[in-house]
Amino acid sequence: MNRLVLWFHRLGSPPYFYRFAGRWLPWLYALALLTGAIGFYGGLVIAPADYQQGDSFRILYVHVPCAWMSLFAYAFMAGNGFVALVWRIKLAELLAMASAPIGAAFTFVTLVTGSIWGKPTWGTWWTWDARLTSELVLLFLYFGVIGLHQAIEDLRQAARAAAFLALVGVVNLPIIHYSVVWWNTLHQAQTVNLLGESKIDARMLWPLLVLAFATHVYFFASVLARTRAALLALESGKAWVRALVAPATEPAHG
Amino acid sequence: MTPTRKRRLIAVGLVLLAVAAAATLTVFALGKYQTYLYSPSEVLAGKAPAGASFRLGGVVLEHSLQRAPDSLKVAFVVTDRFHELPVEYTGILPDLFREGQSIVATGRLDHGRFVAREVLAKHDETYMPKEVADAIAKAKAAQAHSAR
Repeated sequence: MNRLVLWFHRLGSPPYFYRFAGRWLPWLYALALLTGAIGFYGGLVIAPADYQQGDSFRILYVHVPCAWMSLFAYAFMAGNGFVALVWRIKLAELLAMASAPIGAAFTFVTLVTGSIWGKPTWGTWWTWDARLTSELVLLFLYFGVIGLHQAIEDLRQAARAAAFLALVGVVNLPIIHYSVVWWNTLHQAQTVNLLGESKIDARMLWPLLVLAFATHVYFFASVLARTRAALLALESGKAWVRALVAPATEPAHG
Repeated sequence: MTPTRKRRLIAVGLVLLAVAAAATLTVFALGKYQTYLYSPSEVLAGKAPAGASFRLGGVVLEHSLQRAPDSLKVAFVVTDRFHELPVEYTGILPDLFREGQSIVATGRLDHGRFVAREVLAKHDETYMPKEVADAIAKAKAAQAHSAR
């Protein structure tokens, strides 16, 4: 078998994944912290003020990476949910469910920072335009996934039911992304284009991209940490977990 | 792939397909009826609901803003660069409100004037430092000067 495929199959085994994630976690957290610090310094201190909004535009350094992550986390959750539904891989179920609260948090921060920015800039905290409404629907989808997962007692059945809901909600992702194109919205159109020219000065753009990287790394670190904890809970009766816990409990007896 | 997995894959795929189709139809249906705002051209063509509240979107025409000296009442003209519509508003305008800026006003038509009860500034997707904006304005002015 191909070495990469072999590694991928090994990664699906709970004890292997537990050790693998444990090795990577500190590095991922450190990388997220470092790039996050660089990005915030660049965005809040180095980048020049906007010609119209002045300094209040700087909230985009929180708002935009979080908004991107709210979509990315959902896609990641749904992708793992798909694998969990078709191949019944335990690890995919855990990864999907671990990303739901993180994605919900990113969505919440997106909505709150957008609201704080909207009041001075637009003149209102909230308006029911297509972009804002579809992002709010995304938050409710996350809540639905989390709630459904909590409502069913059997952990594996709960994960599959919630994964199904997550998959159905995927239709909201293109709606959020294209809402500013399809409808006349109060929310402005897309500023940063991966292909083609971005409508933001290069001195303002680089901290945003650094922060986008930092939030991605943070997301993966957080997912790995949550998945490790969920693995221990799900496999608490298995030999590898007992072996893991045993050295810590033995001295207490002796 | 085992037959069970294949069956599950097909089942999940079919459900996703059905949901995607339902969403697409909904989006198309909304696109037809759901309008967040109307432009002055659409209002003058009678597309906006008469006698009901709706949102008007457009650019504040340059040199059209008039403030009442003794109250918060302001009057200005909203244009989409094809047609113009006079707007009245009493209240505090948002920071980004200025001539040449896009706005969204909520209110109703009253004898050819749009009486707004809320005025929101629409921000565009461009972000640049002040000196870049100044340089662009200067270049534009120079170009206009040499063209004359």
